[in-house]
Amino acid sequence: MAADSTLIAQDIEAYLALHQHKSLLRFITCGSVDDGKSSLIGRLLYETKMIYEDQLAALEQDSKRVGTRGGEIDFALLVDGLAAEREQGITIDVAYRFFSTSKRKFIVADTPGHEQYTRNMVTGASTADLAVILVDARKGLLTQTRRHSYLVSLLGTERIVLAVNKMDLTGYSQSVFDDIERQYRAFAAQLGLSDITAIPVSAIGGDNVVARGAQMPWYRGKTLLEHLETVPLDRATLPQPFRLPVQWVNRPNPEFRGFAGMIASGAVRPGDELRVLPSGRTSRVARVIEGGVDAPLAVAGQSVTLTLADEVDVSRGDLLAAAAASPSVASQFEATIIWMHDEPLLPGRTYLVKIGTKTVTATVAPIKYRIQVNTFEQVPARRLELNDIGVCALELDSPIAFEPYKESRVLGGFIIIDRLSNNTVGAGLLRSALRRAENVHWQALDVNKHARAQLSHQKPCLLWFTGLSGAGKSTIANLVEKKLHAEGRQTYLLDGDNVRHGLNKDLGFSDEDRVENIRRVAEVARLMVDAGLIVLVSFISPFRAERLMARSLVERGEFVEVFVDTSLAAAEARDVKGLYRKARRGELKNFTGIDSPYEAPENPELRLDTTQLLPEAAAERVIGYLREVGIIDVDLTWEI
Amino acid sequence: MSALTHLQRLEAESIHIFREVVAECEKPVLLYSIGKDSSVMLHLALKAFAPAKPPFPLLQIASGWDFREMLEFRDATAKRLGLELLVHTNEEGARSGVLPWSPGTAYADLMLTQALRQALDKYGFDAAFGGGRRDEEKSRAKERIFSFRSTQHRWDPKNQRPELWQLYNARKNRGESIRVFPLSNWTELDVWQYIHLENVPLVPLYLAKRRPVVRREGRLLMVDDERLPLRADERVEELSVRFRTLGCYPLTAATESTAATLPEVIREMLLATGSEREGRIVDKDGAASMEQKKQEGYF
Repeated sequence: MAADSTLIAQDIEAYLALHQHKSLLRFITCGSVDDGKSSLIGRLLYETKMIYEDQLAALEQDSKRVGTRGGEIDFALLVDGLAAEREQGITIDVAYRFFSTSKRKFIVADTPGHEQYTRNMVTGASTADLAVILVDARKGLLTQTRRHSYLVSLLGTERIVLAVNKMDLTGYSQSVFDDIERQYRAFAAQLGLSDITAIPVSAIGGDNVVARGAQMPWYRGKTLLEHLETVPLDRATLPQPFRLPVQWVNRPNPEFRGFAGMIASGAVRPGDELRVLPSGRTSRVARVIEGGVDAPLAVAGQSVTLTLADEVDVSRGDLLAAAAASPSVASQFEATIIWMHDEPLLPGRTYLVKIGTKTVTATVAPIKYRIQVNTFEQVPARRLELNDIGVCALELDSPIAFEPYKESRVLGGFIIIDRLSNNTVGAGLLRSALRRAENVHWQALDVNKHARAQLSHQKPCLLWFTGLSGAGKSTIANLVEKKLHAEGRQTYLLDGDNVRHGLNKDLGFSDEDRVENIRRVAEVARLMVDAGLIVLVSFISPFRAERLMARSLVERGEFVEVFVDTSLAAAEARDVKGLYRKARRGELKNFTGIDSPYEAPENPELRLDTTQLLPEAAAERVIGYLREVGIIDVDLTWEI
Repeated sequence: MSALTHLQRLEAESIHIFREVVAECEKPVLLYSIGKDSSVMLHLALKAFAPAKPPFPLLQIASGWDFREMLEFRDATAKRLGLELLVHTNEEGARSGVLPWSPGTAYADLMLTQALRQALDKYGFDAAFGGGRRDEEKSRAKERIFSFRSTQHRWDPKNQRPELWQLYNARKNRGESIRVFPLSNWTELDVWQYIHLENVPLVPLYLAKRRPVVRREGRLLMVDDERLPLRADERVEELSVRFRTLGCYPLTAATESTAATLPEVIREMLLATGSEREGRIVDKDGAASMEQKKQEGYF
């Protein structure tokens, strides 16, 4: 049974008209384990009559069976959804709840309080207009309270309700409440949070959640629900310039070319002058179409289709912006990154970044510092682990139109996607553009790779030998180079051990150093391919991601991944350099195959099984492959 | 810009989701169950791509026990809008002789869950729009808008991608597919209110009318054709009834009602004391039943 039942019964049309003009408030609730979050939300749902009788009956049964209130109704059970959570008695993921009153519809992101689930809180906060931070009146401010406040402020949720819960367990003491409020305001000021409303509540008893209750006459402010119903929603006090990330180009016939997307900020009318970014071209809005119908005006938050007066090139990922106030374009940024995956963020590794409607390749390098979320201290870091937050340089492979996250969640917020697993592994907030890239342009030189290669009658390429230590990479690569050299080819062999004596002598064997090791070698190899050489790289290169990165640096067809395959047992039995023995004795840390992983190639151009092939035969296979694909051409050897 | 109402914001979000899928996926499909949520989805899809037609077909899983009025409405809708309609039935399941009232969950499993998997595999769809809403049921409340399914169409609630802002990661691994729920943030009331506001065409079964029904175990079942076997003590009555949700007719209980217009239906819904799924027999077994079914691939 819903609220306003009298009006519903007597005049449904009037009720519908009233509800048609409701606004929408999205908020997040955060608190530590046992602060009573689920109870509070359960209470809100119950008291706004969002619970039906059959659900209530199920709740009563469940309360007796698995409740934590000794058989009394346990409102938390209304919201602890997944079976796994019920068993553990905790909430493990973001859940969205809905309730409404005659003034507003509410969407609540319910997120768990344990430290390891920071990623869920960040997810919930990303769309929230307001945060309800729960504090247990008996415990006061905890480390978790600081953490949650920091995260919501980071994500730009600046309206805070401090709900001091379990007042019933402190004898409804005003002084306890006042102390907590004072401490919280002092702390929140450090984060730049000032829009704070503190409310003393008892989620179990219901006091000050919806109704006032008789227990705290000293509190004269609004109840939680009254506050949520009336808090102003407008984010911006000044009109914002128009921004629309183009989501889809609508071309049903040659006469119509529409650009569809959701307006990120500002408003648009036919006749407005727009700039397309990053190209910079301008045109005027011909039509504003909403749901197939022409509209005189559209505003932020609406999904529309625009047509332009001129034929300009616009595609998905471009930004349409007010011509007179268009944002800057850049490809290097300083960004805050929140890491959300078990596999750490490694500087130098390439990822995909989705920002607005654009997906680009990106590298993080370097990490400036990690933020100790409990103390807000900045500490040096070489990687980001699950739930770490760091400030990093972010380099994209193509320029984008952007705004700092503080000014625009749409143009400044991004997700990071792993290129191999396709998982969302992190989220980030653009802080500012770094100007380096604009000053260091790639020089277009007149003598190019093609010209250099022609002079030496060969097709440059990159032969990438990967495999366990002792698999035979260097032996085979050495033989291949000798054969190529004998044919008069211009070659260079980059060997792992040799490079570590010079260019990479500052690097060790941790995961981040291995990534950087490969990045440098791949970049050197790229320059050498550009110089027209046949480059042989003989490196363990244990991670798929880095080999993929190396492949992406050269042109299609230029990269030949040679998997020198042998079993760990066979490599260990050979142990030419005595390294496996050392690793087994624990004298060598992070040794590939022993205590550091080797990710075998899935589709190498060539696989050489060195338990079956002798080095000479293996080298012949490589030469054979190069002829087969035309990298070394019989016709070219030679007429000189 | 708080000038937008909650329905305008919900509409804009759903349209954004439709467009994002079309921009990023290769072969989307709209799962059209003919019910009110599907009708709203279809209405939003038409708006999202106008003046073009939605660039995907409609797919209906026909169990063989659908209400006749639903099928008529389905065909008329596809024809009126000029959209491609695919209908799939698990023929093998039908031949096995399983019936809606067979004991256990065999019927729902074969004729709905398996049938859906077969259809998705047959056409190779990589993304399927579904009308699921988070307010329907507790495990739905935790499901993402872009919800990934393994090659076996299974949902893994513990391994969901974080979904921030309105940035959806639609990149799939080989064999994976996505269920996309554009109505995730809508409630039952929002759906009804939107239908009312936008005049969304609806199957007449939602409105009260005199229909032939039998009383069985405290429920009213409509006798939609002669296949419904009557027990010795049962007799067919003509009562004014309507339906709150629609599915297979022998499994969908009717409500006695005289609400013959949309506002009247909304009034009854708001004053009702039972939840929407109460009338669905498939959801009744066990507290975690829906979570279980979804892990197995039920939509």
